[in-house]
Amino acid sequence: MKNSIAERVGDFLKRYPPFSLIKPKNLIVIATEVTIIYLEKGDTIFKKEEASHNCIYVVRDGAIGLHYEKGEVHEIMNIHDKGDVFGLQPLISNDPYQLTATANEESIVYAIPVAPFQSATDHSAKIQKYLITAFASNIYAPYTSEVADKIFVDYLPNRSEDIVNFQTANYTKNPITCGERSTLKTAAKKMCTHKIGCIIVVDSDNKPVGIITNSDIKNKIATGLFPIETSVKNIMSSPVITGKKGLTVADGQLQMIKNNIGHLCITKDGTVNSKLVGVLTHHDVLATLGNSPTVILKEIKRAKRTKKLRGARLKANSLLKRYLEQNIPISHIINVVSQINDAVSIRAIDLAINKMPSPPPVSFSWLALGSQGRKEQLLFTDQDNALVFDNVPENQYEDTQKYFLELARLVTKTLNKIGFEYCEADMMASNPEWCKSLSEWQNQFKDWILKPDEKAVLLSSIFFDYSFVYGNRELINKLTDTIYKTLGETTLFYKFLGSDAIKSPSPLGFFRQFLIEQDGEHKELFNIKSRAIMPLVDAARLLILSKQIRDVNNTSERFEKLAHLEPQNRELYESCSYAFKALTKFKTKQGLLNNNSGKLINLETLMKEEKLKLRRCFKPIQEIQEVLKIRFDLKNFM
Amino acid sequence: MVFKWFNRSKKDYPDFWIDYLEHFENFYKTPIHETRFVAFDTETTGFDRKKDRVLSVGAVAFTGKSIPVNKSLELYLEQDVFNPETVEIHELIKSSPVERISELEAIKIFLDYIKSSVLIAHHANFDRTMINEILSRHGLGHLKNRFIDTGTLFNKSKHIIYKENLKKHYSLDDLCLELNVPKVDRHTASGDALITAIVFLKTLSRLDKRKNLKWSYLLRT
Repeated sequence: MKNSIAERVGDFLKRYPPFSLIKPKNLIVIATEVTIIYLEKGDTIFKKEEASHNCIYVVRDGAIGLHYEKGEVHEIMNIHDKGDVFGLQPLISNDPYQLTATANEESIVYAIPVAPFQSATDHSAKIQKYLITAFASNIYAPYTSEVADKIFVDYLPNRSEDIVNFQTANYTKNPITCGERSTLKTAAKKMCTHKIGCIIVVDSDNKPVGIITNSDIKNKIATGLFPIETSVKNIMSSPVITGKKGLTVADGQLQMIKNNIGHLCITKDGTVNSKLVGVLTHHDVLATLGNSPTVILKEIKRAKRTKKLRGARLKANSLLKRYLEQNIPISHIINVVSQINDAVSIRAIDLAINKMPSPPPVSFSWLALGSQGRKEQLLFTDQDNALVFDNVPENQYEDTQKYFLELARLVTKTLNKIGFEYCEADMMASNPEWCKSLSEWQNQFKDWILKPDEKAVLLSSIFFDYSFVYGNRELINKLTDTIYKTLGETTLFYKFLGSDAIKSPSPLGFFRQFLIEQDGEHKELFNIKSRAIMPLVDAARLLILSKQIRDVNNTSERFEKLAHLEPQNRELYESCSYAFKALTKFKTKQGLLNNNSGKLINLETLMKEEKLKLRRCFKPIQEIQEVLKIRFDLKNFM
Repeated sequence: MVFKWFNRSKKDYPDFWIDYLEHFENFYKTPIHETRFVAFDTETTGFDRKKDRVLSVGAVAFTGKSIPVNKSLELYLEQDVFNPETVEIHELIKSSPVERISELEAIKIFLDYIKSSVLIAHHANFDRTMINEILSRHGLGHLKNRFIDTGTLFNKSKHIIYKENLKKHYSLDDLCLELNVPKVDRHTASGDALITAIVFLKTLSRLDKRKNLKWSYLLRT
């Protein structure tokens, strides 16, 4: 019987090695035996120590992460994208899996049974060679990491730095060069136009003969040792230190330390006698190893692909872990992480604009909403964002909106790949409801404020905490003007927000017991987000809106501002600010521990001291809710 | 007992139909993730249930989240009805060189394939009607299977905020775009059947975030 689905599976496989090497008539036999597996984010395909399945896997769509787990150690070894083969263990031996494979995002994979694959490939020396060299040559390359510790039995990576050290160094390709006969002045001009700190001097065959760095110019020209018009040959450091393509980060770093240099020339065969192909700078090395915020930020700004952005954002997570362990103040941690999150968004938008067929038709601005808007997002959470574009004539509205929707779709897709899940409620700029012109947005906010209802209040908790991320800031200023002007016309909206802010009462029950979830899947768990953090966030938003204070989005900063404005309530506001920070830290720690958002806490796992700490944070919640009740006269409203 | 006996005397059904009916017992006891689903699609000569005929049927069966390719079904039917207007979409010109079988043979294989599985289709009513018409032409009763329409299911997965302005009818292309499903072999019966299956699984996972989805909610239309 004809099987078109198998034919299409074959069409997909033949685009990727090793399937591209299999004859069509053999490939269709393999394709017929494939099982198509759908995976939700977080679904596990196989676990470490699990007996090997009788099949190998190919990623059809999405991304599969391979994890190394041993006791407390949990490291992502590799992430496989479309077309990558993984889970090759059963081809090698009957031993159980060495790594755990889980879906990093919603994915579809093909499972290929071993038997038909082997009978179709056994006699092909080429395919065997491909698979074996893929295993052995590079332990960090796709196809191989899950068997790496099998082959290099004595090398068990358990720290991410170890893995990174053996990664191939990511050097700058096509470096800027100048000829041997150039004058220093022309070389310096070239360095200026390309905004670089070093230039390679090459001969007529493009072989490197020397290098000139900023410090050479400082030491030899600025001091008057040589005139500006001197030949580059008089200034350059020569010979250059070289390395081979495919050099590992560890090797590159070693060379630099040994020779006390900051730049390594990469040549075709690794000696000065072959063509120059690139330059590895000290910064490149730091970027791969580095875990400092500046290095991560630089890496994000330079990332050309989603994969790089994802890598950089993952580093931020280990940075976060370290900061928490070192007890660095939570407000500082929050600042650093939100800087990084904003930089990721900005870069994702840059990349998306490049992918679009034409530049944006009018100026626009990208907004972060919700926790990212408040700059309180520490772990990966849902993305909430919106887009405002400049007003256009009515007949161009549809086309303009269409352009920005497509742009937003690209951006949200990239962010999703990086690890920010799509918003369950679709509050994203890719939704036509949240991608509108300035005047449409102004009307929308007026509508929410002047005709508040349940839906408006539900949305306001997300939309009123917007912050500018990218584009034309002027648009946002205009929007904010309208909002505050409209807020001055009514008090009803405050009452709606107020009754929402006090609807979940203090988290302590009558007998000073924690209030836990009564039913549903989270029975017996304490929801720290809805019971403790959100009441504080809601209260801060309402108070700051009613004071018409702009551009203070962060909850703890909002309370500090309020403390400054109302000295009579200073103590209360300061304790709210403190409680908020303590609760956030608590939630983040729980989240890192359990690898989730951390909002649900199993009280039984807490130590007595931690419970007491939590309880101390609840008192200000009760007090601030009393303040809201009186100030906005909520007793008789509801 | 009396009922069964009464039924049988009324009409002499062929064995394959009786086998088919026997599959429907104890349905709601099986959990959703252990139930066999069949996603299918029909390509027809047109949209008139009386005049037009089914040209091909494509189906994939799955339990849980795995769809085995070698268990898929692809049938091409011998039909005398020919509608030149729809040929272009379906690329099923009457003389194309695939093996064709009679309508009776096809329905026999189809019933044996679906058994009591829950059937999934996009615009399910149309596909159900076309199959039922075949059954009627051969003197048999209608399909007894439970049906899920992917369009209706998708509407359920949308957040409450957007319920008021949902599209009434999502095309399969709309769903592919919304759910990021690659459009491979669109407009062939088995291609659409596979796309429908993936759309179903993706929608189901969005509805089943809390892992306690009930049949009653899933089957509600």
